[in-house]
Amino acid sequence: MSTNVTTKTKTHRLNTWGATLLVAEREILSQVRSKAFIISTVITLALVIGGIILSSVLGGRTETTPIAVVGSVPAAMADSEAFDVTEAADRSAAEELVRSGDVDAALVPDGSAVGFAVVALEEAPDGLVSALSVSPEVELLEPAETAGPLRFIIGLGFGLVFMLAVLGSGATIMQNTVQEKQSRVVEILLAAVPARALLAGKILGNSVIGVGTAAAIAAAAALGLAITGQGELLDLLSAPLIWFVVFFIFGFVLVASVFAAGAALVSRQEDTGAVMTPAMMLVMIPYFGVVFFGDNPFVMTILSYVPFSAPVAMPVRMFFGEAQWWEPLISLALLVIATAIVVLVASKIYSNSLLRMGSRVSLRDALKAS
Amino acid sequence: MLSVRNLSRSFGNRLVVDDVSFDVGRGRLTGFVGGNGAGKTTTMRMILGVLKPDLGEVLLDDAPVGESALHGFGYMPEERGLYPKMEIGEQLAYLARLHGIDKTTATQRADDLLERLGLIERRRDKLEALSLGNQQRVQVAAALVHDPDVLIMDEPFSGLDPLAVDEVVTVIAEHAARGVPVLFSSHQLEVVERLCDDLVIIANGKVRAAGEREALREQHSGNRWALEISGDAGWVRGIPGVTVAELAGTTVLFDAESGAADAVLRSAVERGTVTSFRPVRPTLGEIFRDIVVDASAADEQNKREGAAA
Repeated sequence: MSTNVTTKTKTHRLNTWGATLLVAEREILSQVRSKAFIISTVITLALVIGGIILSSVLGGRTETTPIAVVGSVPAAMADSEAFDVTEAADRSAAEELVRSGDVDAALVPDGSAVGFAVVALEEAPDGLVSALSVSPEVELLEPAETAGPLRFIIGLGFGLVFMLAVLGSGATIMQNTVQEKQSRVVEILLAAVPARALLAGKILGNSVIGVGTAAAIAAAAALGLAITGQGELLDLLSAPLIWFVVFFIFGFVLVASVFAAGAALVSRQEDTGAVMTPAMMLVMIPYFGVVFFGDNPFVMTILSYVPFSAPVAMPVRMFFGEAQWWEPLISLALLVIATAIVVLVASKIYSNSLLRMGSRVSLRDALKAS
Repeated sequence: MLSVRNLSRSFGNRLVVDDVSFDVGRGRLTGFVGGNGAGKTTTMRMILGVLKPDLGEVLLDDAPVGESALHGFGYMPEERGLYPKMEIGEQLAYLARLHGIDKTTATQRADDLLERLGLIERRRDKLEALSLGNQQRVQVAAALVHDPDVLIMDEPFSGLDPLAVDEVVTVIAEHAARGVPVLFSSHQLEVVERLCDDLVIIANGKVRAAGEREALREQHSGNRWALEISGDAGWVRGIPGVTVAELAGTTVLFDAESGAADAVLRSAVERGTVTSFRPVRPTLGEIFRDIVVDASAADEQNKREGAAA
């Protein structure tokens, strides 16, 4: 009977994976083309490179303090590059130089035990006084293994990169999902492809964008460090950094699924707050855990195995050499399993609540078989 | 032929679709008519596989409709919706590709359809930049862009001006002529009457009448006749067995058994020139009102009896 349909366009049935790729492609293209995305990415990259170069220029400039010296130059001054020494004939000439602002301070001989005095206008330059002072050698019998501030900064760094990337993409996934429900296009989409392909495509597309953006920022940072000749800082990070990237990718998919499933529960943008907050908590609590309990080995060990905090906690522990070689593997396996479970649950919630319009669908209803 | 067999679906305790069966023939436009909340949209969603039926099945040419057959279905949902911020050409091509059409063909088909619907100049415009009527045309195009094997349209004409209705009707009729079963619902009964070959009337989740349009009209016509003659028609009142419903100078509308009607015609011919004489068939609107009113009265009755028992 269908043979009389002569002008039929040739179609092949799209499998779930093909549909997933197509949905992901649209997701990526529609975001990459938006002005807001382009502008914010360019600004972020410029800030990262600019910030590194600027801080290196400002921080790297060696401050030389101009001083005037009457008579012989003390040994401490002679081999220091921090001082620009001007010879002055006598005390009054030196004072004249200080008053005119040509030098910051002058060393004049006097009858004291030290042998000279510092003459300055309002206050003596710190560097000068400490260069002339004698401080005793400090010897620690039990030095702390790692410096507290560095630990805090590394944890903050990993945590901030992960949290910002994940929250940004999570919000986008949520917005796009709710928008599809709100504009009702979802009914047409569901008539064409299964709900799991829609969900998977969304997660895949946004993960590519999120991971891609993070990679671009990392590349920009590396470029900045290379330009300013601080490349050795990168070598220091390498192994934990690679693990961070691996954990980042899986952790990202995990959080993206949570956000997509949450978004499927509501049908209007105004209602997203109610499901957004619990999803954000899942991301932020482990992050703050790592920041606040960074120096508590017990808490950190636990956090490095909890799937939501592992992407930050495990690389931090590895950075400080506290984790055995097999620990990241087990933690990663847990993360992958958790991701698989969340994706499954999310796709169930997604399928069951996508066509429900109006009030928010309760989690229990959404999980029930339709 | 698309066959709907014993579909039932309830939401909570409410039985929304109750044992619905009907056929949509190839090459035939089938109108799906019912009041608000009669179960049209739920039935259509079940045909599309968007919603799972509690009971019953959908067959295409006697084979159960599975995922692969569903791929060839075209759907225009009642709740209109596309991506507001996506260019319409690209959007249509994307929807075609979701149905498994390769990119080049999909773009070609999207352009062809936009051309047909007079929107080709605006193919790079975002949907939200179009007027509501034009957005509606794009929505129609979205249902047709993958050259569907079966076309299901929920209220395709709502929100269209008469000119746009004609355009859309032409496009849909073309698909039907190619042997595609077309099922569409509408509140605009005069459009349905003009357009469809077959009818399915649904009320309170049950099919109340189904079949060919003319057969249905025949079936629901009473014994009403219209007569137009050259002189005054007042004499018709005097014929035994005739009840005059309406008399206006030379035309008269009356109810009579066919014997009495023959008598009227005979005496009309004797009295002068007969301009026209014909049985009056009810319009779709009249049939619909009869059926729906009857149905709700019967349901009320059932409920009362049920409550009493």
